Amino acid sequence: MIDAILNAAPAWALSHAAPLLIMVPLFLAPLLALVPTGRIAWIISIAATGISFLFALILLGLVQTSPIGVVSYEVGRWPVPLGIELRVDALNAMILLIVTTIGLLSSIFSWPTVVAEIPKQKRALFYSAFLVCFAGLNGVAITGDAFNLFVFLEISSISTYVLVALGSGRDRRALPAAFNYLIMGTIGASFYIIGIGFLYAATGTLNMHDISTHLPELAGHRSVQAGFAFILVGLGLKAAMWPLHQWLPNAYSYSPSFVTMFLSATATKVALYALIRFLFTVFRPDYGFEISAFSAILMPLGIAAMVVCSFQAVFQTDVRRILAYSSVAQVGYMILGVSIGTTAGLSAGLFHLVNHAMMKGALFMAVAGVVLTYQGTTIRDFAGLGRSAPWTMTAFAIAALSLIGVPLTAGFQSKLQLGFALFDQGLWWAVGLVVFSSFLAVIYMGRVLEAVFFQPPVNPRKARKEAPILLLIPLWVLALANLYFGIAADFPLGLARDAAAAAFGVEAFR
Amino acid sequence: MNTDHHVILRVIAKMLIPVITMFAFYVQFHGDFGPGGGFQAGVIIAVAVILYALVFGVPAAMRAVPPVFTRSLAAVGVMIYAGVGFWAMLQGGHYLEYQALFHEPPGEHHGQHIGILGIELGVLCGVSGAMLTIFYAFAGRVAEIRDEDW
Repeated sequence: MIDAILNAAPAWALSHAAPLLIMVPLFLAPLLALVPTGRIAWIISIAATGISFLFALILLGLVQTSPIGVVSYEVGRWPVPLGIELRVDALNAMILLIVTTIGLLSSIFSWPTVVAEIPKQKRALFYSAFLVCFAGLNGVAITGDAFNLFVFLEISSISTYVLVALGSGRDRRALPAAFNYLIMGTIGASFYIIGIGFLYAATGTLNMHDISTHLPELAGHRSVQAGFAFILVGLGLKAAMWPLHQWLPNAYSYSPSFVTMFLSATATKVALYALIRFLFTVFRPDYGFEISAFSAILMPLGIAAMVVCSFQAVFQTDVRRILAYSSVAQVGYMILGVSIGTTAGLSAGLFHLVNHAMMKGALFMAVAGVVLTYQGTTIRDFAGLGRSAPWTMTAFAIAALSLIGVPLTAGFQSKLQLGFALFDQGLWWAVGLVVFSSFLAVIYMGRVLEAVFFQPPVNPRKARKEAPILLLIPLWVLALANLYFGIAADFPLGLARDAAAAAFGVEAFR
Repeated sequence: MNTDHHVILRVIAKMLIPVITMFAFYVQFHGDFGPGGGFQAGVIIAVAVILYALVFGVPAAMRAVPPVFTRSLAAVGVMIYAGVGFWAMLQGGHYLEYQALFHEPPGEHHGQHIGILGIELGVLCGVSGAMLTIFYAFAGRVAEIRDEDW
């Protein structure tokens, strides 16, 4: 399919794919602030995310066919260490594909939930903020310039605060949640920029590739190590690395359901990508301070996240909070994979990142359908929905099984890879903890599934009421993707392996 | 007898606002070859309107410069900036490559000049629009919840 797109694409699309991918949504976003009605804004946002999706496919194809595995674009034709470079290799081509796919699916499904949750005069502006956020997330993934990454991180974050706060029409607690997120997110971004300042002071350049070539001669340099520490904490905050995740459960529980779905599948993933980019491409995993950071910081924190937050999820009564805590736990799996510090570990972490985007996307989409038709998100509200909304809830169940890691689902494949990578390094106890945390997932998802399928409805007079078809189609696309990639995992696994190889600077293409 | 004790303020403000606006444009068009540029000029223009709002009241300022206009101005500013980039791309150059705007050989700088002026115009619109929108959002805010409702 990618070959067909590469052949069909005109020459300008091939040579300008990288800037067009971010600039088309960024150009259409202010246009949406001018259009009169939300419905036009919705259609334009589908078009914008669809165009970005096509360019992401083109970039993936270009990276896979390129001899060096890198697509580089000089903005304004300023030569590379001076100007801003858009640099795409297998690692960020994969992230771009995830973000644009989820962006396209979520903007298709968004209309019914936006009508239900957003006041009429704010709908066009809501879509405008969504496209800014979408463009910002893609910009973080695509840029090769450390400062430009900060700018895009702020573009996406500031629009995210707005999107979360717009949940106040349904629940006023969205406002403190958004404010809390704003404070934490700003601290994270400040830490990141302080770290970049230290690196700039030591190396005199902002281009990430250029920084990485200067760093080996600065071994033991204090400001490099301080920069590393600041960047680790700053991006860890954005990626909801335990214990810096406190902003996440509230932000996910009270924002509009469309925003929850989009953010859970993209925002923390992109921040985690930025962290991986710094850990593996800018800094090298064989630097002394990074080895100790892996074993003394990232691995314990990743394990703590997957155990502690799974426990916290067990005791929640609101389904969206269960899923939010589970998101932090899943970030823990990814960080555990990254912290092994081997190609296998990194590819397992990235593979889980892809799968988690699929399963959390599907779960939150199904919850959005329930919010739309039944106006409730507690487990009690879910009781008996298996009978009244079978299509929505079957997709929910598939994604829930995938989250647990049942064989024949995507979640199983990535946990298997994570287990292999841990065994390779003799970390059998960590494998045990992964299995233990999966058992906790059985408990917290099982509570929801039990209510859905085996309890009588709270209100038996409720007629059979399915989510609208616009919502069911993207939901089932994601649910079937969970099943398909659980059986034939070649495509995402190949992407993750290429990405890990690219992060390590090894040329290991299939 | 006129009881308006703000008469001096009003007269001085009326005199100052055109001067402030003029100074903003001086900063704007100075920006392509010296200190200055769209951001500073946008802030100064916004200051002229904010001074008007402080002296004559926010409703009067909103009649003169409506909130819909400021919001649209901010959006149009971003589109002008991005549009210059697309223009360069349509002329066969890279994104935001000013040299490609008029297909000039190296050494001629007409495209560089027009390009940076266009960008600065976009920044002017964006910054002044955003500043005024923020000002209106704070100044024109009516309390949604009264204190005793908590």
